[in-house]
Amino acid sequence: MIVPRYTREIPQRFRLEAAECTGCGKIVFPPRRICPKCRGKTFSPRNLSREGKILSYTVIHVAAEPFELQIPFAVGIIETPEGARLTAQIVDCDFSELAIGTRVRLVMRKIQQEGHAGILLYGYKAVLER
Amino acid sequence: MKEVAIVGVGLTRFGELWEQSLRDMFTEAALAAIADSGLDRIDSMYIGSMSPGLFVHQEHIAPLLADNLGLAGIPAAHVESACASGGLAVRQAFLEIVSGASEIVLAGGVEKMNDGSDVTFALSTAADQEYEAFHGVTFPGLYAMIARAHMHQYGTTREQLAQVAVKNHAHGINNPYAQFRIPMTIDTVLRSSMVAEPLGLMDCSPVSDGAAAVVLTTAERAKKLGKPYAVIRTSVNVTDQIALHDRDNVASLPAVGKAAQQAYKQAGLTPEQLDVIEVHDCFTIAELVVMEELGLVERGKSGPAVMAGMTTLGGKIPVNTSGGLKSKGHPVGATGVAQIIEIAEQLRGTAGERQVKNARIGMAQNMGGSGGSCVIHILEGRS
Repeated sequence: MIVPRYTREIPQRFRLEAAECTGCGKIVFPPRRICPKCRGKTFSPRNLSREGKILSYTVIHVAAEPFELQIPFAVGIIETPEGARLTAQIVDCDFSELAIGTRVRLVMRKIQQEGHAGILLYGYKAVLER
Repeated sequence: MKEVAIVGVGLTRFGELWEQSLRDMFTEAALAAIADSGLDRIDSMYIGSMSPGLFVHQEHIAPLLADNLGLAGIPAAHVESACASGGLAVRQAFLEIVSGASEIVLAGGVEKMNDGSDVTFALSTAADQEYEAFHGVTFPGLYAMIARAHMHQYGTTREQLAQVAVKNHAHGINNPYAQFRIPMTIDTVLRSSMVAEPLGLMDCSPVSDGAAAVVLTTAERAKKLGKPYAVIRTSVNVTDQIALHDRDNVASLPAVGKAAQQAYKQAGLTPEQLDVIEVHDCFTIAELVVMEELGLVERGKSGPAVMAGMTTLGGKIPVNTSGGLKSKGHPVGATGVAQIIEIAEQLRGTAGERQVKNARIGMAQNMGGSGGSCVIHILEGRS
């Protein structure tokens, strides 16, 4: 992971900063210049709540190199109450607890590590609401 | 509009080709296609390849490969749309002939995946790098989430997924170019080690080296060559948001559905009129969802249809007579071209033991990533 590429996304990775289209109300995450629904160009800032539910999930057993030490790990598609969608790891659970529709909370965690002495890359992961 | 014909086809074997480099493989396939066409010149060429840069640290492949083919000087372009790169190269060649800019165009595809790169990482660059791959999701992982959603919504089973692999291996046994010409059983698929749940290793297409090429020209010129050929009835390319999580329904591939509707409309055809289809079965679940998007079955009914043999050679509509990506192999850039070659062979009546009797109209469906792009060609045989 290259540092500028990581730091540019910090507002989304740390604070879930999204944008609400003033034309059609669609929540766009991450923010874009053009609304994918109505092609509108004006937005107001809006942070996603840290809640959501699982739309689908998998447990990954074969990972790319940066994640090799983490296998097996769960990943899911999460929908927040605002209607935004994101992909995140689902952690701190037994895989047998995973199910479509399960409620989760998005928490700040370490996602990757830049080599042995490089920066630590943080972002959101999902934990089950209990 | 000028009618475009495929008059020459050429392939390398797909597999772990340790003795051959990217340029060797491409040149072998291209020379075979040119020889098959009987034509003595190429005006221009397009090469589909997903990531020669990541796989073998080679970019700028269009001039490299034109030069290796002894054609330095002609216009050549590298076309990329992840796993749909090959199909897109054929489409660009088609458009160049339709426009009248060139008369004879070579479209090739090539990928060298077994030279030691981190294949899982390289493939994951076809996903949203910052919002999917950053979190550790892999390509099998994305299709696994499609599978999980499909199972949840429609009751699709792992056995139904496995039957896609069983069928495609049964077809691939008769393809001399296929990587894995071995029979497969449902039990073997179910017992294969997990890659991304619920997909096991035998639900996944393999990592392959290989190249494929076709020669296209006007139908007018094809007629004068005095042998069977295939015309392109329509060529369609549709894009979608590349992140799977942005799809309204995670168990669907909307780009495929849209491309199919456009293709049927442009060609004036219905799905029932197709005699043979090659689909992009990068994972077993992909073939099931694509069958639904192409309108071969209702949404959610693909699993039972495959179990009933609807898409097996000899069934109502044979799908992936080549063995598909699963058995034939999936050198990503070459795949879209190889699919079109299988359809062209079927329509020329030269598919050997895989031949669909009296096949007249066929479709090749190629897609990129988790459905962020889709290329569909419908071909018709002429003699």
